[in-house]
Amino acid sequence: MRVTALRRMKLLTHNMLTSHVKGVKNGYPLKIEVNEMKIREVDFNPEFISRMIPRLEWKALYEAAQSLDVVGNLSPEVVKDYENDEDFLKEAHRVLMEVEVIKGFLICPESGRKFPIENGIPNMLLNEGEVGDAGPSQSGTSQDDDSMQ
Amino acid sequence: MLYTIDTSFGDIEDKLVGDLGCGCGVLSIGAAMLGAGCCIGFDIDEDALAISLANMEEFEIENADFIQVDLTDANSTTKWQKKFDTIVMNPPFGTKRNKGMDMTFLKTALNLAKTSVYSLHKTSTREHIQRKAKEWNVKMEIVAELRFDLPASYKFHKQKSVDIEVDLMRFTFYDDKQAGASFSAR
Repeated sequence: MRVTALRRMKLLTHNMLTSHVKGVKNGYPLKIEVNEMKIREVDFNPEFISRMIPRLEWKALYEAAQSLDVVGNLSPEVVKDYENDEDFLKEAHRVLMEVEVIKGFLICPESGRKFPIENGIPNMLLNEGEVGDAGPSQSGTSQDDDSMQ
Repeated sequence: MLYTIDTSFGDIEDKLVGDLGCGCGVLSIGAAMLGAGCCIGFDIDEDALAISLANMEEFEIENADFIQVDLTDANSTTKWQKKFDTIVMNPPFGTKRNKGMDMTFLKTALNLAKTSVYSLHKTSTREHIQRKAKEWNVKMEIVAELRFDLPASYKFHKQKSVDIEVDLMRFTFYDDKQAGASFSAR
């Protein structure tokens, strides 16, 4: 049987993941602990990247890039007229689409809960008892139990 | 099916496409092949996701990602709301064990999509879904009627396989406030 090649999580995906552990008010952005990462070339699609810019949390993306040491020439802020700024879009593309986290953890900034990334798939499943009711919970005291299975 | 979505409605190319309950990733991979900017598949099942990855390698897809998540937990997708242009999905049909699952998926999909949701549903549930769509103030249309030959997959299935009729439905949003009015007057 063929060995499954390594896959990864893109920072585009990371930009929209939150910790939704019961009691956590602000589970965003998730810190990234990397055990293995890689840069893989992906076709540049300026139209798609332009479309995504307004939907992203740029600050979270920039910080993620910093923590992975892949900032390069990424602009710390979204520039004006970004649709026509190819250099800006190319850098955004590189960071969003080409940086791959293969193995590691996503860490909730509030509770410290770790979500494992294996083969590039973040596992956001919660254990029984961690699942909150619909809507953000009001309990302010974040427990410090790092419930890694 | 995806080809129709792209050529008739232009909802795939250069778009961010989500696939809820992606299973083995067939729709995700198809969307990626048709030129989606990126496709993100969501599923709860680790084994299914592993197959998705293998399939992705097979087709040399670079612009797709997968997440293991429980879509029935509404809190798990809060940050994704309206981030996708298009959602495509083949939700679990309501069976004895997970009744109403298809509607939970549909509701989630409508929260995540900005433009449209494409979903497969049993034709026998069409009226029910039509009522729901009205209630949620979304537009529903039938894009295609399909026939599936489903092999028995659960122990409680008595027949070896069943031939079922399935609709490919397209859901879109009314963009102005009074748009729903004509729909509800009946």
